[in-house]
Amino acid sequence: MAKKQILSPLPGTFYRKPSPESPAFKENGDSVAAGDTVGLVEVMKNFQEVPAGVDGTNIRFIAEDGDAIMPGQPIAEVDE
Amino acid sequence: MSFDAVLIANRGEIAVRIIRACQALGIKAIQAHSEADADSLAARMADETVSIGPPPAAKSYLNIDSLIEAAKKTGADAVHPGYGFLAENGEFADAVVAAGLSFIGPSGDAIRLLGDKVAARRVAAEAGVPTVPGSEGGIDDMADARALVESIGFPVMIKAAAGGGGRGIRIASSLEEFETAFPMAATEATSSFGDGRLYVEKVIDPARHVEVQILGDGEHFVHCFERECSLQRRRQKVWEEAPAFDLPDKVRAAMCESAVALARQVSYRGAGTVEYLYDPATEAFYFIEVNTRIQVEHPVTEMITGIDLVQTMIRIAAGESLPFAQEQITYKGHAIECRLNAEDPAKNFMPWPGVIESVAIPEGSDVRFDSLLYDGYAVPPFYDSLLGKLIVYADDRAACLERLGEVLGTMRIDGIPTTIPLHQKLAADASVANGQFDTKFLESWLETAF
Repeated sequence: MAKKQILSPLPGTFYRKPSPESPAFKENGDSVAAGDTVGLVEVMKNFQEVPAGVDGTNIRFIAEDGDAIMPGQPIAEVDE
Repeated sequence: MSFDAVLIANRGEIAVRIIRACQALGIKAIQAHSEADADSLAARMADETVSIGPPPAAKSYLNIDSLIEAAKKTGADAVHPGYGFLAENGEFADAVVAAGLSFIGPSGDAIRLLGDKVAARRVAAEAGVPTVPGSEGGIDDMADARALVESIGFPVMIKAAAGGGGRGIRIASSLEEFETAFPMAATEATSSFGDGRLYVEKVIDPARHVEVQILGDGEHFVHCFERECSLQRRRQKVWEEAPAFDLPDKVRAAMCESAVALARQVSYRGAGTVEYLYDPATEAFYFIEVNTRIQVEHPVTEMITGIDLVQTMIRIAAGESLPFAQEQITYKGHAIECRLNAEDPAKNFMPWPGVIESVAIPEGSDVRFDSLLYDGYAVPPFYDSLLGKLIVYADDRAACLERLGEVLGTMRIDGIPTTIPLHQKLAADASVANGQFDTKFLESWLETAF
């Protein structure tokens, strides 16, 4: 079973939830489809959705909610 | 009393501005910075720096404990909050004072009072300041709300008492729309702000946004005339002027006097801004809100009055009386400020962090550039997109627009897209030149003329 990382396309602040009061887009262990949103990156107060980009199972987040991230930095990994 | 050292609890161009003011007053400027701002212009210019946490603002510039610890550790005797972040957070002001330091701004109580829209409106009315026709206080009963809107007429705006920055606002154009929107707004306000109180007011449209600069030392209160800030995109000001154009003298006098009356009503201490909607057709003006801090657009006021607002607010916080009386404050000429953002106007203003290759700004006594830029600076992605403010001064508005066009045409910020092209086009626009715009102008102009 191959592991695949989901990378941040943008620099900014990573969020796992659409708003502070909402549940996370995905919880550790969830399965994801390529088009599923796994988080948001806030770039200069603009929010961009991050799609999984890959079909997989057992997602494990590497970046935490509110972390600073750079382009190409891994956000999570999944089993393909 | 005077301060020995001031901690700057902010970043970007306003931190640079505050450092300059401190240094001009012989005060040591201590820059609090996030890990992403260790190499910022403010950190380079400050006399001392202190790290307050990781890049995201929630962990640094919004972290009260970290800022108080930094102020204590560095021996600061005062904290300047700038604008945004914690500048209008009463708890932060209280925490600074509880730590034995001075907060450069009004008291926590004054910040909370004027920050609550219902309370601020009540205070304004008590001071005789004209308010938009609407509910006297928070309203939660549908029958009361219906009777009110039938008396003031449509369209009306439903706002959350605890909202701000354009959040929690709904517009209703008929009683039917109102009866649907009102309960939804109450539910939304409760879930978003933990406070379901609403207030309802008439929509003033078309209107211009005109605001008055105030200063107070707790006993004396003055205004420094007004600014015109109608050019807005998504409720964010893009371009500001001082004085406001086509404002009859009697309206200017009444508006400025009402702002001073409001300052007196709350024994205001510090620099602040009273914002109004102005209806040129009827020459009526209506109170919107008070900002209890220095504003982004303060330089246009400084250019026409010769007053250094940031130095003055520091001196007031240190216990000095206002250094001038109202009759000593005069204005001359015209100033325009353009906010230059790291955004691509050709791509729907997409924000664009990146490295500044080079910056070239024409110099002169009629040009001021307040910015965070230097050659080779990497603009971080974690904060807002404001790179700097270009301020141009001339004897009158027509000459100011002409000079602005020249300066925008020769200045360069290379490396990332900026909003300079937007301002070039605005500076050359006939409607802008003729003063034919209101708060809705810019968004429709962007659709059709840009």
